[in-house]
Amino acid sequence: MDSLRDKIIPVTTILLGLVAVWYVAAVFMNAPFQRDLDRRGNVTRTTLEFVQATLSQPKPTLPAPHQVAANFFENTFLRKITSNRSLVYHSWVTLSSTLVGFLFGTALGIAIAVGIVHLKSLDRSLMPWIIASQTIPILAIAPMIIVVLAAVNVTGLIPKALISTYLSFFPVAVGMVKGLRSPEIMHLDLMHTYNASANQIFWKLRVPASVPFLFASMKVAVAASLVGAIVGELPTGAVAGIGSKLLAGSYYSQTIDIWAALVAGSVVAALLVALVGLAGKIVERAMGAQPA
Amino acid sequence: MMELLSLSTVTPKSWQSYVALALILAAVLLWPIFAEPATSDIGSFSFVLLFLLVAIGADGFPPKPAAGVLFVGAHGAVLILLAMLLGNEGAARPPFYLLMAAAWLLAWRCIALLSGLQPAARWAQILLRLVIPAIFGLWLLIFWEAITRGAGIPFILLPPPSAVGARIANSLPILAADVQQTIFKAALAGYAMGCAAGFVTAILADRFLFLRRGLMPIGNMVSALPIIGVAPIMVMWFGFGWESKAAVVVIMTFFPMLVNTVAGLAASGHMERDLMRTYASSYWQTLFKLRLPAAAPFIFNALKINSTLALIGAIVAEFFGTPVVGMGFRISTEVGRMNIDMVWAEIAVAALAGSVFYGVVALFERAATFWHPSVRGG
Repeated sequence: MDSLRDKIIPVTTILLGLVAVWYVAAVFMNAPFQRDLDRRGNVTRTTLEFVQATLSQPKPTLPAPHQVAANFFENTFLRKITSNRSLVYHSWVTLSSTLVGFLFGTALGIAIAVGIVHLKSLDRSLMPWIIASQTIPILAIAPMIIVVLAAVNVTGLIPKALISTYLSFFPVAVGMVKGLRSPEIMHLDLMHTYNASANQIFWKLRVPASVPFLFASMKVAVAASLVGAIVGELPTGAVAGIGSKLLAGSYYSQTIDIWAALVAGSVVAALLVALVGLAGKIVERAMGAQPA
Repeated sequence: MMELLSLSTVTPKSWQSYVALALILAAVLLWPIFAEPATSDIGSFSFVLLFLLVAIGADGFPPKPAAGVLFVGAHGAVLILLAMLLGNEGAARPPFYLLMAAAWLLAWRCIALLSGLQPAARWAQILLRLVIPAIFGLWLLIFWEAITRGAGIPFILLPPPSAVGARIANSLPILAADVQQTIFKAALAGYAMGCAAGFVTAILADRFLFLRRGLMPIGNMVSALPIIGVAPIMVMWFGFGWESKAAVVVIMTFFPMLVNTVAGLAASGHMERDLMRTYASSYWQTLFKLRLPAAAPFIFNALKINSTLALIGAIVAEFFGTPVVGMGFRISTEVGRMNIDMVWAEIAVAALAGSVFYGVVALFERAATFWHPSVRGG
């Protein structure tokens, strides 16, 4: 009952408030165009009719929530998933390169973290660059990677996955360095008294200690990976994927399509983060962690 | 003379030196270093060998002089190698890369020695902390330069850093105009508005428990969403000018600020709050004198995260439509015209601007949170 009072009621209230604000904003933002339309068509409406008209324009400035929901529902559930207009199809295109990039990025991040923890010279020389690279707008490189790789006939999934890899390995590397260093001095000393080799310390102490850090940074990484895949789709000339859907929508002023694509992207993001979180819980339970 | 004599009995002291020696031998056996019709200059080649061998010979010295000689030897050899490339682009044979690799191993040895040093003086520690990553970055550039020019990689695929540097020097006015448009107009305006809005909302959420309970789960969830996707909508609403980019930046920076500030406001301890209550201080007095200072590290964390997000938002939003100026515009059009060196120049400027932005925020943080253990401790 506490979760109902402390979480569900406040969150739904705020969400309902947002939807209400959205409707009001939609009426006001679409009103000038509707007034213009009515004047040219010599239509006189009552206020109620006018409001209804602003909420059902085909290309509104701000689509009303129900228009977005209808478009999303239609393009997700009613179309064949092989159709070019199906959001499931576009989400799948984006999701596949997100996942490939995420897997590569995580593997690369873990490898770099292991190297940094074991080699002092790598720690002193590479770590500052990893931190500095966080301050750089990496996404700016995305269009160039796509176009340059297209020039050497590498197209499709790989270039987008590369951008996702690039975006997702930083959080994992930084998080894993922290995680692999998280065992306390006491525990390390205990391992020394057992006469454990460096290898044994790594597998029996450092790796288990780093697992919570790994999953926390994987959550960040999977979200970054999705952003990378979406931005990577912008310069490819709008073939397929959520990013291309956004670009096509902005070319043809299909505002409802843009919003529906945004909703699809958000659903994919939420699912990915939830999946990583679930995997983290399962792994931690299997390793004997106490549920908090 | 003693130096040269000791060369005849070069005795490496580390595996890097052994491998470097083997690589040099292989390079000599595989002579020449450039394919026909390019000429392989024996004079320069022997200088490269001299530098490398002196460096290997110095490996046995005590750490400090050894690191110094290794540094000079490895980088002198590399400089000559790069100079030899002039006019011989695309003609490099395996010995060239073997010598590069030998020099790199010696530089690695140099870094390993430097990392092992533990000087007592504070300025020396700071110097070491800067020099070691600087050498690493230098080698990234050296390899980039050597491979692109040595293998003759087409310019449109990957221009060498020297060409990018020349392009930056030649097009300073264009770059300045782009920075003015994207960073000073769009990113900074959006950053200021987004952070301010997030901060005010966080104070409101702190004042009203219901609002906090409702907003925090939403704020946490939004941080995982690809917010950058609102860019086309903002371009439609606010036009092609900098206002639409600023709007994207506002949305991107709002939620990190909100979430971090609310977390920070909960950071002050019970004891301190009780103390404030015994002083009969009001909500606002407690807020300004205790809880906001205690939240400062969290707020600055959000400001740092947002400095990067602001640049990303402003640049990516320009992919959806701009006036004919701006970093994102320049990147997307110059990619289309295959002027890849201009793209790299923009990226270098963006990287520099991002680092400076972050650095300025970090400096403010040090000044404002001088009392925090993470700053006090060094």
